[in-house]
Order: sequence, then C-alpha cells, then structure tokens
Amino acid sequence: MLEVNNIEVVYMSVIQVLRGVSLEVGDGKIVALLGANGAGKTTTLKAISGMLKTEEGEVTVGTINFDGKRLDRYGPEAIAGMGISQAMEGRRVLEHLTVEENLLVGAYCRKDRAGVKEDLEVVFDYFPKVKHLRRRVSGYLSGGEQQMLVIGRALMARPKLMLLDEPSLGLAPLMVQDIYEIIKRINADQKMAILLVEQNARAALGIADYGYVMENGRVALGGPADKLRDNEDVREFYLGLSAVGSKKSYRDVKHYHRRKRWLA
Amino acid sequence: MNFFLQLVVTGLALGMVYALVAIGFVIILKCSNAFNIAQGHFVLIGGYLGYTFLVPFGLPIWASLILAIAVAVVMGLLIERLAIRPLVGQPELAMIMMTIALATVLEGLATLIWGGEYKTYHGVLPTVTLKLGQISIPPESLIGLIVSVVTVALLMALFRYTKIGLAMRATAEDLQVVQSVGIKATTVYAVSWVIACVVGVIGGMLLGGVSGVMIPLAEIGLKAFAVVLLGGVNSIGGAIVAGIILGVLENVAAGYLDPLLPGGGLAQIFPFIVMIIVLIFRPYGLFGLVRIERI
Ligand SMILES: Nc1ncnc2c1ncn2[C@@H]1O[C@H](COP(=O)(O)OP(=O)(O)OP(=O)(O)O)[C@@H](O)[C@H]1O
Ligand SMILES: [Mg+2]
Repeated sequence: MLEVNNIEVVYMSVIQVLRGVSLEVGDGKIVALLGANGAGKTTTLKAISGMLKTEEGEVTVGTINFDGKRLDRYGPEAIAGMGISQAMEGRRVLEHLTVEENLLVGAYCRKDRAGVKEDLEVVFDYFPKVKHLRRRVSGYLSGGEQQMLVIGRALMARPKLMLLDEPSLGLAPLMVQDIYEIIKRINADQKMAILLVEQNARAALGIADYGYVMENGRVALGGPADKLRDNEDVREFYLGLSAVGSKKSYRDVKHYHRRKRWLA
Repeated sequence: MNFFLQLVVTGLALGMVYALVAIGFVIILKCSNAFNIAQGHFVLIGGYLGYTFLVPFGLPIWASLILAIAVAVVMGLLIERLAIRPLVGQPELAMIMMTIALATVLEGLATLIWGGEYKTYHGVLPTVTLKLGQISIPPESLIGLIVSVVTVALLMALFRYTKIGLAMRATAEDLQVVQSVGIKATTVYAVSWVIACVVGVIGGMLLGGVSGVMIPLAEIGLKAFAVVLLGGVNSIGGAIVAGIILGVLENVAAGYLDPLLPGGGLAQIFPFIVMIIVLIFRPYGLFGLVRIERI
C-alpha cells in the first residue's frame, strides 16, 4: 500500500539528510524502521506524511506512492485525508486542551459523528486509563498517559496507515510492553498498517512483520523481522547481544569494517 | 457616590469595548504568534463605517451594525488571502512587519475614502437613557455594553463548543499536530483574521459613537495592547477582565483627576501607568496562561 522509492530529502535546499531510502509497507502489516540517532528515521516519516514541507524540507529525488497516489506531491492536510495518520515524536499533546478534546481533534476531518463516538469508545477500550482522565487537561498527564493519548489521537482518524515515531521514548519497561501489546492489538483488530520508528529494536522487532535498519540517510538492511532479530549486526548494535565465541573467521574482519561503517 | 457609580457604569461599557478589541489582538497572537499592529486600524475603519451607514446612508443602528460586520468579514478574508497566507511558515518578524504595512494601508484608505476628517454620529443614536436608581446610563454606553457583551459571549461559545473553535485552540498550541490530522491551517487563519476584523470594526462603531471618528482613533490599538499585556498575552478571559479594569479606571480617573489638571490628559495615560505597575509585579500579566511544566 505504501512504497517509498529511493527518495532523497534536502532541508533548506542545502542539508541533505536522506540519500536514497526505499521501503514498503504492505496492507495490514507492521513494519519497523530502526537506526541510530540522526539516521533519518523521523525525516522519512515526515516525507511520507508531508510534514517536511512545513519544515523547509523537500523530497528532491524519488517517489512515494500510497494506494496509487504520489504522496510527495501533496501537503500534510491532504495526505492526512487519504488515511495516513502520524503520531509525532515527543508526545505532542495539545497541552491546554482536555484529553477528550485532544482525541476529537484527531477525528476532526471525519463526517460520521456516530463513527467518531464509537471510535472514542474503542480508544477508551484500548486505553482504559485515558478514559478516566478524559476531562483532565492533557498537559498534566504523565509521560506514559500522554503517549497513549497521542496514539489514541492518531487512531481517531481511523487511518489505513499509522506512522508511529518512537512510542516507547522515555517510558518505563513495563509501560513499553503495555504500549506494544496495544499496538499489536490495534493492528490485528483494525487491520491497520503501521510503520513504526523505534530505538528500542527488541520491542519493535518483537511485533513487526518486517524491519529496516537505517544508517546515515540510507537503508542499510531490510528483511523479515525474525531474520533481523537473528542478524548479527542487529543483535550486536541494537539488541545489545554480542556474538562472542561464535564463528570467528574472515567475517570478523568484515564485521569490523561494518562496525566502523555503522558508527561513522 | 452617585457620580462615582455613574463613572463606573460608563467605564464598564468602555472597558467591555476595549476587551472586545483586545480579544481580536489575542486571537491573532495565539494562532499566528504575531502582534497585530493593525488591530487599532480595524477599529478606525469600524468608526468610519459606522458613520457612513448611520449618517449619509441614514440606516437604523442594527442594519448599520450588520452591514459593518459584513464588510469586516470581507476585509478579514482579503487580508488573510493577500497578506497573511504568503507569509505562513516565514519568520514571525515578517508577519509583524506585514501587520505594520497593513496598518499603513488601512490608514491610507481611511484618508482616501473619508478624507481623514473628524466625523461624528453621536446625534443619530437613539436617545433612550436607562435609569438605574440615581444612575443614568447614556445610550452610547448602553448600546456599547449590550453589543460587546453579546459579541464576547458569542465568541466564547464559538471557541468552546464549535468544531472550528476547537481547531483554533488546537492551532494555538501546535500547528504541526493540527496539520497532521488534516485540519487546513488556512481555514483557521482565515477565521481568526475575520474575527479580529469583526471585533475591531464593532469596537470602532461603538467607540465612534462616544468620541467621534478621526485617524487617531487607531491609537485604541495601543490601548488594546495594554489590555492584552495586563490580562496575560494569551488569555481571552484575562483580556476581558483587564479590559474592564482599564475602562473603569480610565473613566474614574477622567472624572476625578482631569478637573484638577488643566488640559486633562491624565485619564489617557492612567491605564498605561496601571499596566506598568502590574507588569513589574506580574510579568506574565494577571491571567497569563499557566505554562504547563511537569517535572
Ligand atoms: N528541520 C530540519 N532542518 C535541518 N536539518 C534537520 C531537520 N530535521 C532533521 N534534520 C537533520 O537530519 C538528520 C536526521 O534527523 P532525523 O530527525 O530524521 O533523525 P532520527 O533518525 O529520527 O533520529 P532520532 O532517533 O534521534 O530521532 C539529523 O542530522 C538532523 O540534524
Ligand atoms: Mg527521530
């Protein structure tokens, strides 16, 4: 449903951040996008959602296709209308609005009032905590509650594809587990495709069907999630499991080079 | 005592009008993050429109008000489309410069159309005077009070209970979030500028009935600015309370202090003195939005 073909992104006409990124998200699939800080994960999401255009960024090369439409030609409002909703990095709640108002903002462009009411209940069902806080001013929620609210707001648009940027950022391990279980449930219940950007590779690969690893503005690696979990580089650099003792051969040399490349 | 109450009541009416104009200021500040230097010039245009519809056209006051609002709506849409939209995403300073340009253009237009002369329509307002015990409320204060209270109430309801109101409040907090859910920022801007123009024009019509209309009426924008600072720059409720405080203070000062001084300009600067004193003690104004900070 979503195809990103070899895109390059330049900020302010000079700063090149993406140098050829290709990826694909199939119907109803969860795809994880991993990579070190500054690799260009958020930029990739912004290119898809059109948010780049609000930050003086531009897709200079390549195409982004979504259900047969060239996304790179549209602005963020139009793209949201096509059924893509983004939960941006850093828990962007509308602080002075109540929890319920935040959720309603997510459903702003929908015309079916009854459906919106239903989905409000659906979100409350996924996040019972949010339901208790519905009349609260959202700026005072805890970090985890805010993250739930932001995911809930993205859900309220009833999108076909949800872009999630680091939903586990700054959350306690138990909370991360909770949120990931819910993401998995959402994907299963609503047949909603999810493109998930994460630092927490273990959590992300745990629920994803497919994964990509980004490095310096390129996709360095891509494959089914279970394969990636077993991949040595990923194990070492993202899962913190080093393969000491296993297979010592020329591959170590290669590995060393790769490591330099990873860290460059 | 009666003299004092009289001053308070007329001051209340004046203050509500200040509050009305100040709300226009706050709305632009909230959604575009820019001080709208031209807010006072909307007031000026409103005064001249009031004159035009009431005197040469000889229309009744309600028809004049409706027509003036219609003109204000068109004015707001034009301003957003021609002057503001090209600047979205540009530095905030550019926006402020644009509002300065807008102020100059509006002043030029006023001079061109109405010759910049002193016009008054005090004479054509209905002459009913409301008696409350010993106090009598003059017609321009009564009209001012009713119209501004109704307008402010309608605006508050708009922000609180309508979809576009929700979009406006959301835009004031995070433009990107609003765009990411598909809300058209241009619609929100257009509505904000229309509201700013409408409240300015209504305020101008009301004030023009009291003091007459001339180019310096635009300086009311400065007073609205004082109201906004006093109330807390991004608080609409604060603007209302501060507007009333300044209106009443100004009127009471005019009643008691001006006779003491030949020339009597004290009433005009008195509100600013109050503003300075308050800001020394409360730099965010009386009701500045609480910055939500969790630790
Ligand atoms: N608006 C911008 N203007 C200029 N450069 C930018 C802009 N946004 C991001 N960049 C640069 O692009 C690079 C990639 O940023 P991006 O936010 O996409 O990384 P990321 O992979 O999401 O990192 P993180 O894991 O830290 O969130 C960084 O070097 C960053 O400095
Ligand atoms: Mg990022």
